Amino acid sequence: MGAYLIRRLLLIVPVLFGVSVIVFLTMALIPGDPALVILGPYATAERVAALRHDLGLDRSVVQQYVLWIGNVLEGDFGRSFSLDRPVLAEVMDRLGPTALLTGSALVLSTVFGLAAGAVAAARQYGWTDRLLTALVLVGISTPAFWLGLMLILVFAVYLGWFPVSGMFAVYRGGGLGDVLHHLVLPAVTLATVAAGVIARLTRTAMLEVLREDYVRTARAKGLRERSVLYKHAFKNALVAVVPVIGMQVGFLLGGAVYIETVFQWPGIGLMLVNAIAARDILLVQGGVLVVAVAYVFLNLLADVVQRLLDPRVQA
Amino acid sequence: MRAGRPGAWALFRRNRLAVAGLAILAIVVAAALAAPILPLPDPDATMLDDRLLPPLSAGHLLGTDHLGRDMLARLLFGARLSLAVAVVATLLSAAIGSAIGLLAGYYAGWTDTLMMRGIDTLMAFPYMLLALAIVAVLGPGLMNALVAVGIVNIPFFARTVHGATVGQAGRPYVDAARLSGFSDVRILVVEVLPNVLPTIVVTIATTVGWMILETAGLSFLGLGAQPPQADLGSMLGEGRKLFIVAPHVAAVPGLAILLLVMGINLFADGVRDTLDPRLKSGALSRPAAVTETRLEKEADPGSSRLSEAILEVRHLRTWFFTGGSVVKAVDDVGFSVAPGECLGIVGESGSGKSVAALSILGLVQTPPGRIVGGSVRFRGQELIGAPLDTLQDLRGNRIAYVFQDPSTTLNPVFTVGEQVAETLRRHHGLSGGAAWRRTIDLLTTVDIPDPAERAGAYPHQLSGGQRQRVAIAMALANDPDVLIADEPTTALDVTTQARILDLLDRLRRERGLALVFITHDFGIVRDICDRVVVMRHGRVVETGAVEGVFVAPQHAYTRLLIEAVPRLGEAPA
Repeated sequence: MGAYLIRRLLLIVPVLFGVSVIVFLTMALIPGDPALVILGPYATAERVAALRHDLGLDRSVVQQYVLWIGNVLEGDFGRSFSLDRPVLAEVMDRLGPTALLTGSALVLSTVFGLAAGAVAAARQYGWTDRLLTALVLVGISTPAFWLGLMLILVFAVYLGWFPVSGMFAVYRGGGLGDVLHHLVLPAVTLATVAAGVIARLTRTAMLEVLREDYVRTARAKGLRERSVLYKHAFKNALVAVVPVIGMQVGFLLGGAVYIETVFQWPGIGLMLVNAIAARDILLVQGGVLVVAVAYVFLNLLADVVQRLLDPRVQA
Repeated sequence: MRAGRPGAWALFRRNRLAVAGLAILAIVVAAALAAPILPLPDPDATMLDDRLLPPLSAGHLLGTDHLGRDMLARLLFGARLSLAVAVVATLLSAAIGSAIGLLAGYYAGWTDTLMMRGIDTLMAFPYMLLALAIVAVLGPGLMNALVAVGIVNIPFFARTVHGATVGQAGRPYVDAARLSGFSDVRILVVEVLPNVLPTIVVTIATTVGWMILETAGLSFLGLGAQPPQADLGSMLGEGRKLFIVAPHVAAVPGLAILLLVMGINLFADGVRDTLDPRLKSGALSRPAAVTETRLEKEADPGSSRLSEAILEVRHLRTWFFTGGSVVKAVDDVGFSVAPGECLGIVGESGSGKSVAALSILGLVQTPPGRIVGGSVRFRGQELIGAPLDTLQDLRGNRIAYVFQDPSTTLNPVFTVGEQVAETLRRHHGLSGGAAWRRTIDLLTTVDIPDPAERAGAYPHQLSGGQRQRVAIAMALANDPDVLIADEPTTALDVTTQARILDLLDRLRRERGLALVFITHDFGIVRDICDRVVVMRHGRVVETGAVEGVFVAPQHAYTRLLIEAVPRLGEAPA
């Protein structure tokens, strides 16, 4: 496992390089003079010139990249003009809430997705299976931002069980209970689509595994169906499902943009939407880069988990 | 639907859900396309007196929005725009992604590495985050949203098409085309592309739904369609501002998106199942815990002929029902075995010998298998039609199985020790520690070296012979009365075969086991069995004591099997 980790970490280096190049190149996509776009039409000529110099626009693209990545590696992502504070500080402040939201959604969707998929497979063609399959279909076809609005309407506005938006109550808030209370609706909303995808895949994986010879062996040993399905078949199905759960992290991080907007959850997604509205390109760049790098490492984690589950791939 | 796959439409039509999806899709598309000629109010005509009318108001079936515009008209025109954008974005990323996948897969080598590394890097971004970054630099707008969503989906097409192309590039027909001097472009377009097309079609079908959700999402955030232009997403975005006062303004476009995407997803599943024969409906049916039993007439309760028999099978019929046809895998088969006796069941593959053995404890897969007649008695107790609980208490306890290929019959993700121990815990209620100690004893019995350490190994860490020893230990764990060994040595090399046979023979003698040994090899039967049953085409053709049958076979087929046994000092026939 140690050697594997080192090899994987080395393999990550070119991916990180590629990610940084793409994020850097989005800058080059800006039509016209980025400095003008960033500062807006009312900027003075001196400020434009100063920013052009700061951005290194008076140099070659390669020099610009080297300059930029050097700064990034030193933790200097530039300054957000709309918030008038360093990009990195803002991104770091926002990282916690997003991690909490996507983390909870990941746990919810994994638990419900695996359970629903396994039960549906165990009851194939029964009414439980049909019901779950229908729910899954609705889940993966629902626009998450719309679902969020509807949940707010029902559970916050009409029933009053949960707060409408935000992460803390304005006056008495701040405690863990308060945060969790605010977390329920956005986490459930965000988890819905991912749970559907995971459930679907788990069902298929279980059905494939249940045709294997070792399932017949388990039955020939007299094991109860419970044990055949949820021990012997499920652990094998899990090996196929874990990489997809890893991929869901990417969908959740992207989906968080909508959910944070709908629920005014103070994470990176909401920050990005506000930054785009304000044309604060440096803030967008910084946010996207940090999240993408985090995602690369989360994918590595998914690979490691898969190796732990499947003894066959352990070298 | 390329030629050579007749009945693709018929196959698709069998899938009722997919047809329902197609119907939803057709209605929505037709309504959206016909929107300009339908008798609808102008979707952009504002009527400030009629603001926020609820659905089912006079003249406004779905009500009006905050400017008094008719929701139904806006919905249909919005759906038109959403569909158009999603389709164009899908085709855009399908074209670019497929081209990358085709080129990389066909040329292999450096081109491949470089292109696919680029694709991997795009995939390293959390989905949609890259789309946001692109819209951020291009600026809000429906065209920019389209471009962003299109780019973000390129990797999916590139990856899938790459996989399919690599599968085709090594085929003989491609080499033949190359040798004929065709240009690469011609080979790719004329030879490879048609074979990869089903993959592309399936990916397009499964992607359009995502595309609608994604563009709607960008519009919802105000980054896509800009007023007065409105797609479903931006309608939802506008509705959001007043959704507490007038929920229908947000609810209606959201429901429309849900319906549309659901229709597409159902349709896409149908397309996938039709074009991917492996997933053809029904192919993935879960085998039940016990073989279905549907006796055509009551089992004959006649008394057993051999009082000393511990297991007696009479008039057993196990048939396979696939589609409209019936295969009579086992048709009126009978045999019995006494304690300490070895019964050989011989026949070539497909003779029904394994199915007969599996039928004893209801282990034949249902579907497609079904026991339609006969009787199986263990110590006088009828097992055909017995409750699952009864069978489960006997399985692995009084009657145990050893199967053919130990590389597939052991579960790869549990240690071999655990797989032996669980059957002890199941039938004897042994505690974890006691079961583990007994497991190590059992592994010692079957001559596994260093059993305490090997018990913690996973199946793939053992040799084939050791795996089969584990399987035997598993079968012996609860001191069964009957051991059914189904070709237990066929997957092993010759020296290992001999050792496993010695082990089985020794255990039978030591423990007074009734051994049912299933094989196609008459040589093994002669070595270890007392009596033999010869099966062919699901029927018993000959039965008797081994020496008798061997010396004077009555049936021509038996003679054939005996002649196939290589004898020392003779060249194989």
